[in-house]
Amino acid sequence: MPDIDLDVPDQRETQSPRPSRPDRSPVADTPLLRPNLPRYAAPAMLVVAFAIVLALGLTVWSTNPVALLLETAVLFGAAIFTASALVEGRRNAVDRLVTVVVTTFFLLALLPLVSVLVEVVSDGYKRFDLQFFTYSMRGVVGEGGGAYAAIMGTLIITAVTTVVSVPIGILTAVYLVEYSRESRLGKVLTFFVDVMTGIPSIVAGLFAVALFVLFLGPGARAGVIGAVALSVLMIPVVVRSTEEMLRLVPNELREASYALGVSRWRTIVKVVLRTSVAGIVTGVTLAVARIIGETAPLLVTVGTTTSSNLNPFSGRMATLPVFSYYEYAQPGIPREPYLDRAWAAALTLIIIVMALNLIARLVSRLFAPKTGR
Amino acid sequence: MAKRIDVKDLDIYYGDFLAVKGVNMVIEPRAVTALIGPSGCGKSTFLRTLNRMHEVIPGARVSGEVRVDDQDLYAPGVDPVGVRRRVGMVFQRPNPFPTMSIYDNVVAGVKLNSTRMKKSEMDDLVEGSLKGANLWKEVKDRLDKPGSGLSGGQQQRLCIARTIAVKPDVVLMDEPCSALDPISTLAIEDLINELKSDYTIVIVTHNMQQAARVSDMTGFFNLKATGEPGHLVEYDDTQKIFSNPGQKATEDYISGRFG
Amino acid sequence: MSTTSADRPTTRETPRYGDRVFAGLATGAGVLILVVLAGVAGFLLWQALPALTAAPEDVRGGEGLFSYIYPLAFGTILTALIALVIATPLSVGIALFITHYAPRRIALALGYVVDLLAAVPSIIYGLWGVYVVAPASVPVATWLSQWLGFLPFFGPDPSASGRTTLVVGVVLAIMILPVMTAVNREVFLQTPTLHEEASLALGATRWEMIRMAVIPFGRSGVISGAMLGLGRALGETMAVAIILSVAAGVHLDIIGTANSGTIAADIALQFPESSGLDVNTLVASGLVLFFITLLVNMAARWIIARRAEFSGAN
Repeated sequence: MPDIDLDVPDQRETQSPRPSRPDRSPVADTPLLRPNLPRYAAPAMLVVAFAIVLALGLTVWSTNPVALLLETAVLFGAAIFTASALVEGRRNAVDRLVTVVVTTFFLLALLPLVSVLVEVVSDGYKRFDLQFFTYSMRGVVGEGGGAYAAIMGTLIITAVTTVVSVPIGILTAVYLVEYSRESRLGKVLTFFVDVMTGIPSIVAGLFAVALFVLFLGPGARAGVIGAVALSVLMIPVVVRSTEEMLRLVPNELREASYALGVSRWRTIVKVVLRTSVAGIVTGVTLAVARIIGETAPLLVTVGTTTSSNLNPFSGRMATLPVFSYYEYAQPGIPREPYLDRAWAAALTLIIIVMALNLIARLVSRLFAPKTGR
Repeated sequence: MAKRIDVKDLDIYYGDFLAVKGVNMVIEPRAVTALIGPSGCGKSTFLRTLNRMHEVIPGARVSGEVRVDDQDLYAPGVDPVGVRRRVGMVFQRPNPFPTMSIYDNVVAGVKLNSTRMKKSEMDDLVEGSLKGANLWKEVKDRLDKPGSGLSGGQQQRLCIARTIAVKPDVVLMDEPCSALDPISTLAIEDLINELKSDYTIVIVTHNMQQAARVSDMTGFFNLKATGEPGHLVEYDDTQKIFSNPGQKATEDYISGRFG
Repeated sequence: MSTTSADRPTTRETPRYGDRVFAGLATGAGVLILVVLAGVAGFLLWQALPALTAAPEDVRGGEGLFSYIYPLAFGTILTALIALVIATPLSVGIALFITHYAPRRIALALGYVVDLLAAVPSIIYGLWGVYVVAPASVPVATWLSQWLGFLPFFGPDPSASGRTTLVVGVVLAIMILPVMTAVNREVFLQTPTLHEEASLALGATRWEMIRMAVIPFGRSGVISGAMLGLGRALGETMAVAIILSVAAGVHLDIIGTANSGTIAADIALQFPESSGLDVNTLVASGLVLFFITLLVNMAARWIIARRAEFSGAN
């Protein structure tokens, strides 16, 4: 067995102390064993705090969910902080308090989402009927009518926008990833694509208006003008998401293809784009979801109309978001039928958008390569 | 303040996967204990269980006992924060905080633990710790410069200074020289030799010459096959391990037949 | 290079030709985007020009272009700043919750949930703001007016309908929360494990680890995320147009009945009924908005790009 000096403490005493070790440690000792709050303490306090807040809310204060959440958080935070500070020490108390704060923030962010959905569904279901989807608003005053024209308009304009934006977006992403090779154009383009994602939608609308003044003169309205405005908003989103996907394709795949004597553009089309197709579809779907609910650019470029117009190259078209806006903003008397239609349109819109988001997530989950954290 | 570590029947799991099985060893104070073995044998994982740093990895858990001075680190009521304060760790790659100056890096751990310290006390501590890490002469004129501006070897010694500034009982080192050049490695090895008079030091290394040079005791970890749990094959005096190992597997590994 | 009229044209095609066409298409698409962006500025300038040169009394409002735009610019910046003040701490907290507090198994799903906030169309936020947030804000506004009335932001007569600058700020904060949270989440996740472990090994609690390693590393990311959010809030149109009850002029009181409009909402409200010089005036105000958001976004992107170089060097 090894020859170990077990008489260590003596050795230490005879040893001259190193100058680097001051005798008195300035470090306050963190105890190895520290008293812990029992596991049930935090949940119990939370329940009690919520009960108190709820009781107060029902009697004197308010039962607004935001108020309930904030009051519970403040009461529970104060209680757990005090208890932890007394038992576990200040550092652990601060740690627990921060945990309460960030959790509260997260829950606070969920409330609007839930509230929006509840509000849209509870007000939107009243006119969410067959008539709403099969009738337009031509000649309708008061009750009745529907969003058929608006739904068709939204689908047509979105389709035109997608047809314009997707090729430009994907090709630009291909240029950035496969061709630009740190060139100046590549850097400038990356920067301005990012900047373009921040263009306000109303400005995109004004741009399309100004552009078409050149061709059609002032005051023109047409679906295609709206599609141009929406393309300005959609292209950068497609570029960014496609670019990200193309960068995930490992270089080995490209080299393997070149080594087989395949030309560059065929490698890009058959290997790179083929490999990342799921991610690109996800990105495009999300981009469509983003622009399908845009209201402001359509308001200034397409306007609205009561009858159905399926020709995007001529005249005003109804679209779902603008329909919802005008039903709300310029109702007749009585207001209810108009507001019901506005909410039903909002419900339709939110269902479309949520469905697109769901599809996008499913596509990326089912087909995307696995990545780590 | 150096303390003995007593490991009893320690199993380490990642989720349901048993990664290291049945480790029993007594790590002596004021000595350097080296852990060697092929990649994936669980020696780094084992090292992390000595200050509960494995808990950072999701799903990692242990059963068994790790006693430091007769206190089980895994007993209920033990604060992992307190454990790490007493059992310091130096990592494979030097990791000074990039946004902090050299000075602030050294006192980073101390500031967490102490309420208020006088400036002069703090200065003394920085000087003492940097001297303890053989770095004082090189950096004393630029304590306010960022720690990331130092060379790799200097950064690693800064990390050691940061670790010893909180006066731990044990210093764990996870392949501290594997990212360094030979000269920096030599400096760290010299430093380890000096530090062992004050601390219990456990070092994981891939480099068998290094284990032979710096350690008093050596533990050899191995695994029978991929997918099998790693285990401690042999633990003995370094000289004996390298000259006359008790196990065939140890001999094979040391003579370079595998690993 | 000559191809016979081939029986298998796809494989006989000269690769160099295909390559050149494809490269040309890709480059062309990129150049087109730059042209469009230049076009946005160019066409807006062209259409705004008549308003810039018109006599002051001809411009809507009768006092010239500047007097028309600056109260709107003030309202735009005020609402956006309120949104930013609310959303910045929230987004940092939410991002920390998702990256460092929530169980990892569900963290990704929680991220999606926050992203869904961005999917809700702004028209719906507008309707929701009018019917849900505005009424709920009235007691709060009354309280603010009563106890903090000495501040210029909280006037003595809070709006009974709640369609105030404050409510717009709150709704905008919710709308920009997802983009800011996404940026923060990204940078917090990028914190090197090395630094997190270094602080934990020194005996830091989770919060102390975040303060030592995560926050310093993510600071510039948080700033750029806030700038992106600011850009969004500045340009948001429909929610503001629906919620805010507007009065001409500059109003510091954010809970009263008279509120300064914003550029974007003003365009949406006025444009459908405008013609002639009024259109030019609105385009001019749009141009101002364009440049404000352009500056903010460029600053944000510049910070992100600089940061990428910084972390790439490590």
